[in-house]
Amino acid sequence: MPAAILTRRGFLKTSGSLVITFSLGGLVSRSAAAASAPTAPDVWPFKTVAPDEVDGFVAIDASGKVTIFSGKVDLGTGVRTAMTQIAAEELTVPFGSVDVIQGDTLLTPDQGTTWGSLSIQNGGTQIRQAAATAREALLAQGAQRLGVKRDDVEVRAGRVVAKSTGKSVAYGALIGGKTLSLKVDQKAPLKDPSTYTIVGTPVPRLDIPGKVTGRFTYMQDFKRPGMLHARVVRPPAIKADLLSVDDSAAKQVPGYVATVRKGNFLAVAAKTEWGAIQSAAAIKATWSEWKGLPDEAKLWDFVRTSKVVKDEAVQTVGNSADALKSATKKLSATYNFAIQTHGSIGPSCAVAEFRDGRLTCWSASQATHLLRQQLAQMLTMKAADIRCVYIDGSGCYGRNGHEDAAADAVLIAKELDKPVRVQWMRADEHGWDPKGPPTLFDYRAALGEGGAPTAWESEVFIPYKPAKFTVPLVAAELAGLPADPAFPGNIQQSLAIPYGIPNVKATAHWLADTPLRPSWIRTPGRMQNTFANESFLDECAVAASADPFEYRRRLLKDARGLELLERLVKLAAWTPRAAGAAKAAGEVAQGRGVAYTKYELVRTYVGVVADVDVNTKTGAVQVKRFFVAHDCGQIINPDGLRNQIEGNVVQTVSRTLIEQVTFDRSHVTSLDWRSYPILRFPEVPQVVIDLIDRPKEKPWGAGEPTAAVVPAAIANAIYDAVGARLRSVPFTPDKVLAALKKA
Amino acid sequence: MATTVTLTVNGKTARIHVDDPQMPLLYALRNDLDLHGPRFGCGLGQCGACTVHVDGAAVRSCVTPIGNVAGKHVLTLEGLGSPEKLHPLQKAFIEEQAVQCGYCINGMIMQAKALLDSNKKPTEEEIRTELANNLCRCGTHVRIVRAIQRASASAK
Repeated sequence: MPAAILTRRGFLKTSGSLVITFSLGGLVSRSAAAASAPTAPDVWPFKTVAPDEVDGFVAIDASGKVTIFSGKVDLGTGVRTAMTQIAAEELTVPFGSVDVIQGDTLLTPDQGTTWGSLSIQNGGTQIRQAAATAREALLAQGAQRLGVKRDDVEVRAGRVVAKSTGKSVAYGALIGGKTLSLKVDQKAPLKDPSTYTIVGTPVPRLDIPGKVTGRFTYMQDFKRPGMLHARVVRPPAIKADLLSVDDSAAKQVPGYVATVRKGNFLAVAAKTEWGAIQSAAAIKATWSEWKGLPDEAKLWDFVRTSKVVKDEAVQTVGNSADALKSATKKLSATYNFAIQTHGSIGPSCAVAEFRDGRLTCWSASQATHLLRQQLAQMLTMKAADIRCVYIDGSGCYGRNGHEDAAADAVLIAKELDKPVRVQWMRADEHGWDPKGPPTLFDYRAALGEGGAPTAWESEVFIPYKPAKFTVPLVAAELAGLPADPAFPGNIQQSLAIPYGIPNVKATAHWLADTPLRPSWIRTPGRMQNTFANESFLDECAVAASADPFEYRRRLLKDARGLELLERLVKLAAWTPRAAGAAKAAGEVAQGRGVAYTKYELVRTYVGVVADVDVNTKTGAVQVKRFFVAHDCGQIINPDGLRNQIEGNVVQTVSRTLIEQVTFDRSHVTSLDWRSYPILRFPEVPQVVIDLIDRPKEKPWGAGEPTAAVVPAAIANAIYDAVGARLRSVPFTPDKVLAALKKA
Repeated sequence: MATTVTLTVNGKTARIHVDDPQMPLLYALRNDLDLHGPRFGCGLGQCGACTVHVDGAAVRSCVTPIGNVAGKHVLTLEGLGSPEKLHPLQKAFIEEQAVQCGYCINGMIMQAKALLDSNKKPTEEEIRTELANNLCRCGTHVRIVRAIQRASASAK
């Protein structure tokens, strides 16, 4: 276990040098990735977390062991392994000599929230640059030590070697237990990708052996001495007030310790987990009535009539209004995309402990640095007195309940002055994690001669984003403590289109209101916007009687995008056809659909073909196969990338066909896996992938882009199969049957 | 009512003092015996993350009262194999890299073991049907199926 941590006693300044020494001994163990989690230090470590310092990211001890400090965390995506590859490659040390510490506010630089498919693209390249700076400095130092010229040395497996003499000195010996004390040099040369031996190879993930043998420590497994187990008791209506509490029955539960009440925040703590669960069930709380949610049956009217706070022109080309006015062939459509939940298999969990006026909070937060600020705000505490530590949790696909569970644990721990573990139950997670907001679209287009669009207008209705990137903590809101309003993310992204249409106007209407606390869920906004864009483009192609590939080719000028489409045509063995020429079929009709994106118009290219079966009697859609062509530039780990792409496809097929949060006027009503089902094994498609590797290009993200194109590909395939257009996600059987009636 | 339950866990006798025999087996395994393979996912028997074997059958430990397993044999993921001595299923999951977050994987492996115990060479369809009540949110399904096929192929 990585118990021993740097202490101020190990912090020495050697005279006449800027070198700072400290002992990294025991900071992490080799098995950190596989089997252990950070433990609580009684003495807080002292280490720079400055992102412009090499020491912020890289430490090399006297034995040559490398520790990488990553602000980006592994949410189950394999980022820990990929970061290890990047660092080992750039430092030119054996893969096995590198450890990664993640998301600890006292040890790792703030590299931003682990979101937006930016871990490799931004986080990894920062670490790569720090590693390159370290390598260059060690090369210079090594040359001096070996008494040769700088251009006579190279690195081999963590040793600086003089090419002329063959003599060498190890990194560890050069560093001698000190720090590097260097600014990150943005101009430090990066290794030539053609010399890579670790990056670009399918290195097996470090965490998997521990995870398949029950040895891996998840957040949910983490314990502290003297720790109490707590459960929250949430109001039955989101904004109900707590009128009275009768905990007499809870007090009879074996192990019961305390009831914590702060405003509308209510929780119980017990010595055992089962005691906490039973105590929570035994509490009798009386709440006021609250019915402030809109009528779910009229959700889209609610969205359409919500007050617009701000209109944002996302993309403007030419004059679409004039072009539409003068056009003869026009089409329009309205789309919507349901409210969805994160649905991590393991509900959120956190542990908090106060000691000597300082707080340590362990959680699976994707944003420990941000969480620290939010906790400081909630408690009116100095952020410097708070340490937030990441421990891997169940899969995290955005801002889910982890931060809220952390705030729950913190409030309870503060009241009881004991270490406290809060584990959300399934209904807490389904009911109280923040949701992907409902999204509504209007589209208009004009088609010119030959069928290509001459005008394109899109409007999206989405909840307003305040200035700060936070989602308020449930505990702070319930307890009436300071919190900022919710930010759902840059969900206007990807509304702009990658196609060369002479007149384009894409507008985001930012709304004052949305029913449930909004946040970002995998591919936030980009999934919804790409669904609408690529569906409407398919509608245009149908109106133009064009093959959907040929139609896109006509509109696309981007060579890389065109190459990707060619690869996809080959991968899927696509037969050109007039789009949407519905096949005559029996009860089960088959169809194929295409969708394409250049993510946010600036990075990863993805194109997909979906093969679906539509049962015209039941309305059931079965996605049989997905073909994916993917270009995210330089690939760090091709197998990890495939794993991510497969996950994107399967998860998004689930979101597209099945998922929607339901609610009554008081609260969410989809509180378990029966009321909020997700895709099951018999319904999972095959996924066939063509990776386009470009080692000399920048590495772009892959955690989200594929998800963006899945819903439209399915909608377009359904149209191809049965001639019915699905414009409302999810494509439930009743919606399919209704669309069939209209077709 | 407080009582002591004696059962066999991974081949060893375990005596667990409980305040309530209705407490689900899952909490005894995780908190009293420090076995973290079985995981809390829903507490409702809906997702399968907590799956263990009781007398050779795959059960949801989150809805199985500890009192009901007195005298029985419980097998957890830890008992199936270790990093040093992997069970063929664990080995196959590593070889196929059939994990994303891995939170559901305990259930996938334990449910797959129940299948392979009774059907050494299942078809892909049989595998999918067997796992229909085990949920994965990351979308690792295609690899999980491949891993089980690999384990099945490696069995004599």
